[in-house]
Amino acid sequence: MVPTAFDYQRASSVGEAVTLLAESGGNAKILAGGHSLIPTLKLRLARPATLIDIGRVDELKGISEDGDTIVIGALATHDEVATSDVVQAKAPNVAAAAAAIGDLQVRNCGTIGGALVHADPASDYPAAILTDEAEMVVQGPGGSRTVSAADFFVDIFATAVQEDELLTAVRVSARAAGTGSAYLKFPNPASGYAVVGCAANVTMDGGKCASAKVAFNGVANVAFRDAGVEDAITGTGADAAAIAAAAECAGNGQECMSDTFASAEFRAHLAKVYAGRALAAAVADAS
Amino acid sequence: MAVEINVKVNGEAHQDSVEGNQLLVYYLRESLGLTGTHVGCDTSGCGACTVLVDGKAVKSCTMLAAQADGTDITTIEGLADGNGLHPVQDAFWEEHGLQCGFCTPGMIITAIDLLESNPDPSDQEIREALEGNLCRCTGYQNIVKAVKYAAQKIKG
Repeated sequence: MVPTAFDYQRASSVGEAVTLLAESGGNAKILAGGHSLIPTLKLRLARPATLIDIGRVDELKGISEDGDTIVIGALATHDEVATSDVVQAKAPNVAAAAAAIGDLQVRNCGTIGGALVHADPASDYPAAILTDEAEMVVQGPGGSRTVSAADFFVDIFATAVQEDELLTAVRVSARAAGTGSAYLKFPNPASGYAVVGCAANVTMDGGKCASAKVAFNGVANVAFRDAGVEDAITGTGADAAAIAAAAECAGNGQECMSDTFASAEFRAHLAKVYAGRALAAAVADAS
Repeated sequence: MAVEINVKVNGEAHQDSVEGNQLLVYYLRESLGLTGTHVGCDTSGCGACTVLVDGKAVKSCTMLAAQADGTDITTIEGLADGNGLHPVQDAFWEEHGLQCGFCTPGMIITAIDLLESNPDPSDQEIREALEGNLCRCTGYQNIVKAVKYAAQKIKG
């Protein structure tokens, strides 16, 4: 399969990419690692007139620390995110999500920025981005702005990034002391995408759960934090009974997706199962 | 619109003009005649098209030739040294790590990337690394044995 013809342009800086986007009149796509975009082009799901390749923009590469924040460049590959000592130590859900994506070859090419902007509801980063309260840095013609994780995912394959904007970095908060983390998923047996993925950060203090952040991808059109589960586990001793009770709250009020592999009812069931497993793993990680 | 690229493939420099939408695998196969890199599923699932781009295993059906500009590419044809097989090729021979052979170039290239970062992998680590390479003859047992054999051989 060959993608439809397009005008291939290469940006050497973020500024040039934003200028090229403006000149394209809304009919361009940004090419980063290409591992979501190129299959989309082959299947004719998108037919952009112009592809703007940002793969050589050095300012979008690398992972660094800014105080208690980990700054992941939009072009960091899934492999770089998964194997980064800093991300593993301070934002382990993001590292675990990256490691759960595709296969070795896909992780060598695909980028965190590309995956987030593609916003596949069955992708792995969104739940971790939500539990780790990341901020997305977005550059447009009017300058740079940040979008919180809660406001980033708008709909299926749609984010807060506008047609004339570019995601440049993901700023992830380091987890608090005493916090245990887990990202667990039920992968589609054919594609490996998350039928349900659950990320949890549980902060323990004196044997009690002081706070919890629990989020899902794969369940609904948009990844979400699950306040029902978080409220139910907070203040408890996070023992097996408390975890089981909290897990029963998972997915309440959500409209679950349904497809040929998993019905909405099955997804709702899996959400509860994976909430329980992720909470138990996060509590074990905290101790 | 054509794009000028400069790539090094199996140690040889190439300067070419490619269409923007040309995939790397078709550049390698059709422009350079390196047909050892196979096209299986063409949807980044099967791994038959895996090549090394700057030392990393990449599915060349999911990369534009234009994206590879300036890189150093190794295909299955670039592994042997004259008549001397690369240790991973030799291991697939010794352990009978192939049946029909269609997936073999991709398997070998991916195994090389694995052994570069993890010279002594467990069976489980080998299976996880080869997750993106499908063998429709289901010759996985001997493929895993071959990668283990290669690891031992490279270590000496």
